[in-house]
Amino acid sequence: MKSKLNSEGTIRFLSSILAIVAGLLFGLIILLTSNPSQALGGFAMIIQGGFTDGIQGIGQTLYIATPIIMTGLSVGFAFKTGLFNIGATGQFTMGALAAVLVGVKCTFLPAGIHWLVAVLAAMLAGALWGAVPGILKAYRNVNEVIASIMMNYIGMYLTNMIIFRTIYDELKNQSKPVAASANLPKAGLDQLFPGTNINIGILIAILFVVIIYIILNKTTFGYELKACGQNPSASKYAGINSKRNVVLSMVFAGGLAGIGGALLYLAGSGKYIQVLDVLAPEGFTGISVALLGLSNPVGILFAGLFIGYITVGGYNMQLFDFAPEVIDMIIAAIIYCGALSLLFKGILSKLLSGSKKGGKKS
Amino acid sequence: MEYVIEMNHITKRFGNFTANDDITLQVKKGEIHALLGENGAGKSTLMSVLFGLYQQEEGNIRINGKDVNIKNPNDANDLGIGMVHQHFKLVHNFTVLESIVLGRETTNYGVLKMSEARKKVVELSERYKFKIDPDAYIQNITVGMQQKVEILKMLYCDNEILIFDEPTAVLTPQEISELMKIMKQLVAEGKSIIFITHKLNEIKEAANRCSVLRKGKYIGTIEVADTSKEEMSEMMVGRKVNFIVEKNEQHLGEPVLEVKNLSIKSKYTGKNVVDQVSFQVKKGEILCIAGIDGNGQSELVYGITGMMPIDQGQIIMNGKEITNESIRKKCLDGMAHIPEDRHKDGLILDYTLQENLVLQSYYTDRFQRRGFLKFDAIKLYAKELIERFDIRSGQGENSIVRGMSGGNQQKVIIARELDRNPEIVVAVQPVRGLDVGAIEYIHKQLIAQRDAGKGVLLVSLELDEVMNVSDRIIVMYEGEIVADVNPKEITVQELGLYMAGTKRSVNNEVKA
Repeated sequence: MKSKLNSEGTIRFLSSILAIVAGLLFGLIILLTSNPSQALGGFAMIIQGGFTDGIQGIGQTLYIATPIIMTGLSVGFAFKTGLFNIGATGQFTMGALAAVLVGVKCTFLPAGIHWLVAVLAAMLAGALWGAVPGILKAYRNVNEVIASIMMNYIGMYLTNMIIFRTIYDELKNQSKPVAASANLPKAGLDQLFPGTNINIGILIAILFVVIIYIILNKTTFGYELKACGQNPSASKYAGINSKRNVVLSMVFAGGLAGIGGALLYLAGSGKYIQVLDVLAPEGFTGISVALLGLSNPVGILFAGLFIGYITVGGYNMQLFDFAPEVIDMIIAAIIYCGALSLLFKGILSKLLSGSKKGGKKS
Repeated sequence: MEYVIEMNHITKRFGNFTANDDITLQVKKGEIHALLGENGAGKSTLMSVLFGLYQQEEGNIRINGKDVNIKNPNDANDLGIGMVHQHFKLVHNFTVLESIVLGRETTNYGVLKMSEARKKVVELSERYKFKIDPDAYIQNITVGMQQKVEILKMLYCDNEILIFDEPTAVLTPQEISELMKIMKQLVAEGKSIIFITHKLNEIKEAANRCSVLRKGKYIGTIEVADTSKEEMSEMMVGRKVNFIVEKNEQHLGEPVLEVKNLSIKSKYTGKNVVDQVSFQVKKGEILCIAGIDGNGQSELVYGITGMMPIDQGQIIMNGKEITNESIRKKCLDGMAHIPEDRHKDGLILDYTLQENLVLQSYYTDRFQRRGFLKFDAIKLYAKELIERFDIRSGQGENSIVRGMSGGNQQKVIIARELDRNPEIVVAVQPVRGLDVGAIEYIHKQLIAQRDAGKGVLLVSLELDEVMNVSDRIIVMYEGEIVADVNPKEITVQELGLYMAGTKRSVNNEVKA
C-alpha cells in the first residue's frame, strides 16, 4: 500500500486533485466577494455540477465535454512531441467550417455516409491547418506558437468569409443549419439521457482517446514522437527524422482539433457557426484540459469530463444570480493551481516520505 | 592535535538510502587532506553537509574545536569554508574582477566601488603568481585560468578551509602541476585543504593524509607517504584493481574509417573549428584523439557521426564514402557512437532502461511489427543486456534512466552501442566522471572490440586513458592535428606540450 502511495503516478494524480480543490476554494472566495448571500448556494451548484439535473445533467456534461476532449487531445498530443499547439482554436474552427459546409451542401450523400464524410472533411481541414505551422517549424525553424496563433486568426476570418459567401443565414448572422443526415447519429443515447443533446460524439472522442493512447504507448511512431519531445538531441543521435515527426505531430494534432469542431457543430443541438470576430473558446479550453490531464490521453478524457461537469454547474449557478462568466474564472483558477501542481507534488512527496519514516521508527 | 574540521559520525539518509553512514572526517590545520572514493561513495554528500546544503541526521561538526550548526552555504562562508566546484560557477560575460566580487560587492550608496576590490585581487594574484588580468572576460580565458578565478574568489573572502572538488579533471598536465604548487603554497600559509578526487597519482603528489569512503561508509584514514597506490585503490574499490590495461598483441587490418581534409566552420566566428583534419583508423586499432577540451574534438566527432554538417572533406568507412549519409544510415553501416554528453545525446532520461536500450534498433523487425513495438522482445533483450553488461538499477528493465547512477547510465549506452556489432566505435570520453571499477570495465570492452578486429576512435581528455588504452595518439590543438605519436615512445610531459600548442610534429601548413 505504501509503495503504491509513493509511486510517481499516484502523486501526480493526487497533485491534480489538490489543484482542483485549491481552485474551487479560490472560486468560493470569488463568489463570496461578488455576492455573499448567494455564495454558498452557487458554490453548491458548482460542486453538484452535472448531477444537479440528474440524468439530463449528465448527458449535458458529456455533450459539453466532447469537443474539449478532442481539442485537449490535440494540445496534449503535440505537447508529447515537445510542441505547444496553441493553434487548436484555428484547427477547430476550420474543422467546424468543413463539417458544416459538407453538412449543408453535400446533401446528395446517402444518410449513413453523410455525417461520416463531414467528420472526415473536418479532420482533413484541421490537419491542413496544423500542417502549416508544423512545416514552418520543421523546415524553417519558425516558432510553432507564433505560427499557430496567426493561423488561428486566418482560420477565424476565412471561416467568416466563406460562410458569408456560401452558407450564410442573414437573419441570424450565422451558418445555415446542416442537413439532418449530416447530424451525428444518436444511437439510442438520447433515450438513455432524455432531453439532452447527446449523440455518438462522446463515443468518437473516447475512441480517439484510445487510439492516441495506443499510438503514443504501443507504436514505433509514438516512441519516436515522445523521444523527439523529451530529448531532440538524443533523437537526432538515434537517427530519428525529427522534421517528419514534427510535421506529422502537428498534422495529427490538427486533425484531432478539426474533428472536435465537427463533433460540436454536427450535434444537432441548434448550435451554428456565428459570424463573429471571436476565436473559438473550445481551442483554448483544450489547452486547459491538456494541462489538467498532464497530456496523458486518459487524463485528458477525465479532465475534459470534469470541465464539462463544472461548466454545467456554472450554467445552473445563474439561478443564484451569478453570471456564467464566474465559472470561467473558477476554471481558470483551477488551471492556475494546476500549474502549481509541481508545488503540490513536492509537498505530497515530502508528506508521504515523512509518514513512511515515522512508521519505520515506531 | 588540533583539528580544524571535525565531522564526527555523520549519517545522512535520503529516504531508504543511506548516503553517509557514520562517517568521520578529521582535517588538521595546514594539511592537504584527500577525500577518496568511487562515484556514489558519498564524497559529495559529505561535502554538501559541510557546506550547509544538506543537514545530517546524526553526528556533529566541529570547526576549530567549536560545535557548529551549518544550515546553509552562507553559514559555511561565515566559518571560512570555501569550495571550488567541479563545474565552475562563473558568469561568462563578466570580467575576472566582477566574477570574484560577485555576491560580496562593496558599494557606496548603491554604486559599485571596485577600486578596493581591484587592489585586493591584484595583490592576491601577485602573491600566488596567477598572472591573471582582472579585466579579461571569463569566456575568453582558459579553463585553467577560470579555475584560478574560482580559487581567487575563495581567497578574496578570506576562507581558511578550502574544498577542491575534482579540480584536475579539466586541466593539462602542466596546469595540474601548477595547481599542486598553488595548493602547497596555500597550506604552507596555514590554510587547510580538502581535496576530492579519484586520481591516485595526484593524492600521492600533493596530499598529506587521505580518508577513504566506499558505498557511503568510512573505510579509514591513512598517511599518504606510507601507503602505496595499490593499497589505496583497494581501500576505495574493495578489491584489487588492475592499473595496467591488459592488451593482446595488435593485429592491424585494413583501414575501417578514413577522414580526409575534414573542416567545420564555427557558426559564430566563421573560423574553422576543425581545420583540414585527416587520419585513418585501421581494423584492430584504438586511435586516440588527445587534446585539451574545446580544441575541436567534439565538433570533429559530430562531423564524422553526422550530428553536425561539415563544410569540407570526406569520410570513408570500409572503402565506401559515407560523407553525406544520414545518421541512421551510418548507424546501419556499422558506426557506433558513444557520445560525449550522455544526458544530452546518449539517453532519453525519462524513458525506461529497456526503451533506451533499443534507441538505435527499435525500428528493426526484431522489435517492431507493422509499426507496433514488440514489448516482449524488447524486455527479453533488455534483460539479456542487463545481465551481460551488469547494469544495475532499482527496477531492472523498467527503471527510469534518470534515476540511475552515472556509471550505470554509461553502461546502458555502451551495451546498446557495442551489442550492435559495429565496424567502428566512436567513443568520446566514455569514462568521464566514472569510478575506477567502471573505468576498468569500459576500457576492457573497448579493447575487446579492438581485439575482435574492429576500429575504435577514442576521444579523451584524461591522459592516463590516452596513454594506457590507445595504440596510436593524434593530438588536436585549435582544430588541427599537431602530432601523431605512439604512446610507447612519448612521455606524458611531451604530450602535454603538444596539447598546449607549444610543440608540433605534423605540419599542416604545407598541406593547406
